[in-house]
Amino acid sequence: MIRLQDVGKIYRSKRGAVEAVANVDLTIERGEIFGIIGYSGAGKSTLIRLLNMLEAPTSGSIQIDGVEMTSLKPKELRGVRKNVSMVFQHFNLLWSRTVEENIMFPLELGGFPKARRKERVAELIQLVGLDGREKAYPSQLSGGQKQRVGIARALASNPDVLLCDEATSALDPKTTDSILELLVDINEKLKLTIVLITHEMHVIQKICHRVAVMEAGKIVEQGPVAEVFRHPKQAMTKEFVKQLTSPSENELTFAKLRERYPTGKIVQLTFVGSTAESPILAEVMKDSPVLFNIIGGNVGQSQEGALGTLFIQLIGETAATQAVITKLQASDVEVEVDHR
Amino acid sequence: MISFFDNLDWDMVWEATGSTVYMTAIAGVSTFVLGLIIGLLLYATNEELLFKNRAFYSVLSLIVNVFRSIPFIILLILLIPFTTAIVGSFLGPTAALPALIFGAAPFYGRMVELALREVNKGVIEAAESMGATKFQIIYKVLIPEALPAIVSGITVTLVSLVGYTAMAGVVGGGGLGDMAFIEGFQRSQNDVIVIATLLILAIVFVIQIIGDLLIRAIDKR
Repeated sequence: MIRLQDVGKIYRSKRGAVEAVANVDLTIERGEIFGIIGYSGAGKSTLIRLLNMLEAPTSGSIQIDGVEMTSLKPKELRGVRKNVSMVFQHFNLLWSRTVEENIMFPLELGGFPKARRKERVAELIQLVGLDGREKAYPSQLSGGQKQRVGIARALASNPDVLLCDEATSALDPKTTDSILELLVDINEKLKLTIVLITHEMHVIQKICHRVAVMEAGKIVEQGPVAEVFRHPKQAMTKEFVKQLTSPSENELTFAKLRERYPTGKIVQLTFVGSTAESPILAEVMKDSPVLFNIIGGNVGQSQEGALGTLFIQLIGETAATQAVITKLQASDVEVEVDHR
Repeated sequence: MISFFDNLDWDMVWEATGSTVYMTAIAGVSTFVLGLIIGLLLYATNEELLFKNRAFYSVLSLIVNVFRSIPFIILLILLIPFTTAIVGSFLGPTAALPALIFGAAPFYGRMVELALREVNKGVIEAAESMGATKFQIIYKVLIPEALPAIVSGITVTLVSLVGYTAMAGVVGGGGLGDMAFIEGFQRSQNDVIVIATLLILAIVFVIQIIGDLLIRAIDKR
């Protein structure tokens, strides 16, 4: 569907050249939700803009549906853009237009029969759940509602690909969840390929099938979300996974517990899918002399089912503790021992 | 007080008011159209996404700055040959129009350019991402989004134009300024000066009120 080969983007200015994106190879399959995560300045904003040629790459090849984007003439590019829509962090709605008129905007740009516009807008308003707000102006809407308009507008031209540029970063957690649900919903209903960039790991965890981690313009790691979540290889990836599993206040608790039970071992368990949903821990606990001290944890939803982490302290003899760890690993639980 | 207005020839007053309104209206409409074009050209030739052309922008920008810098009273005198050539005379309200337009349009053009620059870049990017052409970006995004500022700009410009028409009066342009100067000042008829001032104030107030109402109606931010 989308194929990037050795793509690079260099910005040249008087003060020198900045390599925003370098040597990126990426394949995104039809119908998948693909996440790109990185901190600001990692080049992810530039990368997503290369996909609809809002930025032209300095080198490399970008193909969407077999069409080489870099060799399109301006007119052809405008045509392709109707097939590759974009949703923005700050919504970028026209404040001078109502909800309806904003959604109608792409339809007015050409290629859509006039008579069917109203009908199409009504469908989209229904789809994104904005019934009753048709005549409102953007200034009268909440952030979440504005993003729903942004999504409806992006879907108006019936695209195959939806690019989300930090689509939830300006929203509060609850609204973020509802927008993410909407994205999953349209991904399934419309068989839409979604590419999203974010700096928040929970967005990736919740809705993406695959993820690429970006650092300094390069993709340092990529793979299925559960896989990357369980076995993060690069330091950057580990940091993002940690965002999700271990809030900083855990560190304090760890320090206290280490002091109190010097022989105890703190371990981090990671469960994915069915392992997260079965009572593995209880079974291991049942016939072991080791004491389990549960410190904290969380379970989140992902495309492959539940995704959970748990921090426990194992208090007991070294051999017995080791046996517990082996048993857990045998039940497909990822175990990471804290060695401090 | 009754005797104070003894010098007033009301026919003369209404004719002068008519001239002022005529000059302001014709020059205003021309300034609006011309200024909009100048503003759009300035913006579009300085914007990567549209028709960036540094040479064109620099030249136009220079011309605008020159006309904006010449004091209006001097512009009036400088344009006498030009006015005589196209209007046939340099006296009367119609003869004042070229100077009024040359004085106001570059000023308004800058205001339009500023108004367009205030339009959120993200919205323009969004339109681009949807496959909008450059002209669609201009008339479907830039102008509607900048409209309140464009309207408030023309309000300010019209108010200045009323002031310019009064100055044009001094060199024989007709209108309330002319009346205040010739009939009022030079013949020491203070009541004429007072009534001319009041009428000019009334015209300015009406323009401002209409402008404010319009902006309130179109600004949905």
